[in-house]
Amino acid sequence: MGRTLAEKVWEQHVVRRAEGEPDLLYIDLHLIHEVTSPQAFDGLRMAGRTVRRPDLTIATEDHNVPTLLGPITDPVSKTQVETLRKNCAEFGVRLHPMGDAGQGVVHIIGPQFGLTQPGMTIVCGDSHTSTHGAFGGIAFGIGTSEVEHVLATQTLPAYRPKTMAIEVSGELPPGVTAKDLILAIIAKIGTGGGQGYIVEYRGEAIRKLSMEGRMTICNMSIEAGARAGMIAPDETTFAYLQGRPHAPTGEQWDAAVEYWKSLVTDSDAVFDTVVEIDASTLTPFVTWGTNPGQGAPLGTAVPAPEETNDPAAARRALEYMGLTPGTPLREVEVDTVFVGSCTNGRLEDLRAAAEVLRGRSVVTRTLIVPGSMLVKLQAEQEGLHEVFKAAGAEWREAGCSMCLGMNPDTLAPGERSASTSNRNFEGRQGKGGRTHLVSPAVAAATAVTGKLTAPADLA
Amino acid sequence: MEAFTAHTGRAVPLRRSNVDTDQIIPAVWLKQVSRTGFEKGLFSAWREDPDFVLNQPAYQGASILVSGPDFGTGSSREHAVWALQQYGFRVVIAARFGDIFRNNSTKMGLLPVVLPAETVEALQSAVEADPALEVTVDLGERRVRWGAESAGFEIDDYTRWRLMEGLDDIGLTLRNADDVTAYENGRQPWLPTTV
Ligand code: SF4
Repeated sequence: MGRTLAEKVWEQHVVRRAEGEPDLLYIDLHLIHEVTSPQAFDGLRMAGRTVRRPDLTIATEDHNVPTLLGPITDPVSKTQVETLRKNCAEFGVRLHPMGDAGQGVVHIIGPQFGLTQPGMTIVCGDSHTSTHGAFGGIAFGIGTSEVEHVLATQTLPAYRPKTMAIEVSGELPPGVTAKDLILAIIAKIGTGGGQGYIVEYRGEAIRKLSMEGRMTICNMSIEAGARAGMIAPDETTFAYLQGRPHAPTGEQWDAAVEYWKSLVTDSDAVFDTVVEIDASTLTPFVTWGTNPGQGAPLGTAVPAPEETNDPAAARRALEYMGLTPGTPLREVEVDTVFVGSCTNGRLEDLRAAAEVLRGRSVVTRTLIVPGSMLVKLQAEQEGLHEVFKAAGAEWREAGCSMCLGMNPDTLAPGERSASTSNRNFEGRQGKGGRTHLVSPAVAAATAVTGKLTAPADLA
Repeated sequence: MEAFTAHTGRAVPLRRSNVDTDQIIPAVWLKQVSRTGFEKGLFSAWREDPDFVLNQPAYQGASILVSGPDFGTGSSREHAVWALQQYGFRVVIAARFGDIFRNNSTKMGLLPVVLPAETVEALQSAVEADPALEVTVDLGERRVRWGAESAGFEIDDYTRWRLMEGLDDIGLTLRNADDVTAYENGRQPWLPTTV
């Protein structure tokens, strides 16, 4: 019987297999940021251990950094960033600090440097590590104890998850994006639907997505509870990688591409579960509740709790969100729009927002936060920042920003945002803040009208 | 890690589904660089409500949390585990857990117990009827007992052994350092380094 993509990549990385034990898996790349690493480095120090492969480890500052120029003013955030610097210096890990041209959100910089490649195992103390699976590797989030384990050994003990195929047939209609697709998938399978699985996204609609779109999809795999998400590499993947700083060159490139081409699910392989979805029926999708599975097409209304699969949770969510069942989603008024995060903070996302905002003005507070300093630079070379500024939006420095509000970019209690990030959890963007997850295009159109809006609704 | 064999204590029912780690410990608490002091952040937004179950006098000192399904979804923050432990919990019982949370728990010696949703609800009701009810979670026998009731749970042999021995995962892996070196010698030559 043939093997799935996930099985191929997993088997390639088994260092040790013993009866009754989890596999010991080799880790090709370990990404680090300031929030989930300090206690791991402390653990190494206490045990007198070193970092086994600093050359397979890279660090960035992202969660705490302010997106307005200037130093960190919050003393606790400052300590955390300084601790990362001290740890990286002591253990010999390459770090991209604030202000550095390579700095950015951890899941944006890996692909941007060409460090994220097909067939690799990639981990990070961050659940959205699933993003990197867009290149056809196995990438997943880990906790701080596991960060320490990878630092010390470059391996992780793990049981191989089950495999799930999400087959997306058809083609996304114009104006419908990867973000709408993944929100629709999560609404369909639920926030626990992927638990215990590595999901492979397949089918015509997935093949037609750009690398940016594929990253958006894989990024949110964790919101369906999946351990990881992945997409088989193809010409789109190779074209994205070629010429990037850490991509192979010359003969190595040819050898790599030949291997990468073998990283597809065999036609006779069997998945543990298969989910099918038709992309051609989709429309812009937004969330109305407090988990990413509580979403609906923008053209519909806030549902009645009884219509949902978890009425008690829906009732609580609607109360928190201050929404009444039956209200058309297009009439929900928004105070703040956030375009950014590792879900939608890449160049293509900023282009989509700029296209909507060109020649228009925003009526809400609108934060545009590039996912990395390189994205910022590229956007400025294209003049996107001028479009944003002319529309009245704020053009910021790179970081996680209002995705989780660890820096000063937060919602006030009761404030409502349309956000291109990945989590609409209670208080995620600031205590008492209310979040609607949307695509960059919907975010931009919403900024223009002050209500949840699709670009097609604009005159 | 402290070894876990069996634990007896009082339980607190948390009748919510999808308790994500942003609720267990909000992001503002993640800025610390130490491993202690997280109990203050546990469910900090919900604890502002005097009616929240953890604030009720009857449940003070409980060490077993009995939650609705999908406990610990979302962020990978191990701080959620530290917060629960430092507050005094040794066990969390739910019908389903977020994968990363469950992993983090077993690394730290907080036992995640999966029981069927109906059993979890029965246990919640029993505790609500009598908050002083003693609940025993026996890892050796893979069984939860309360009053005249009991329910078995599954956990893989390896994790159970590690928890019962209180073993450090890193130490275990380092015993196989030669395997790691051998693997490294055979890695594909084009794989990137960060230098
Ligand atoms: S952008 Fe948001 S989801 Fe992504 S790494 Fe930063 S905080 Fe996490």
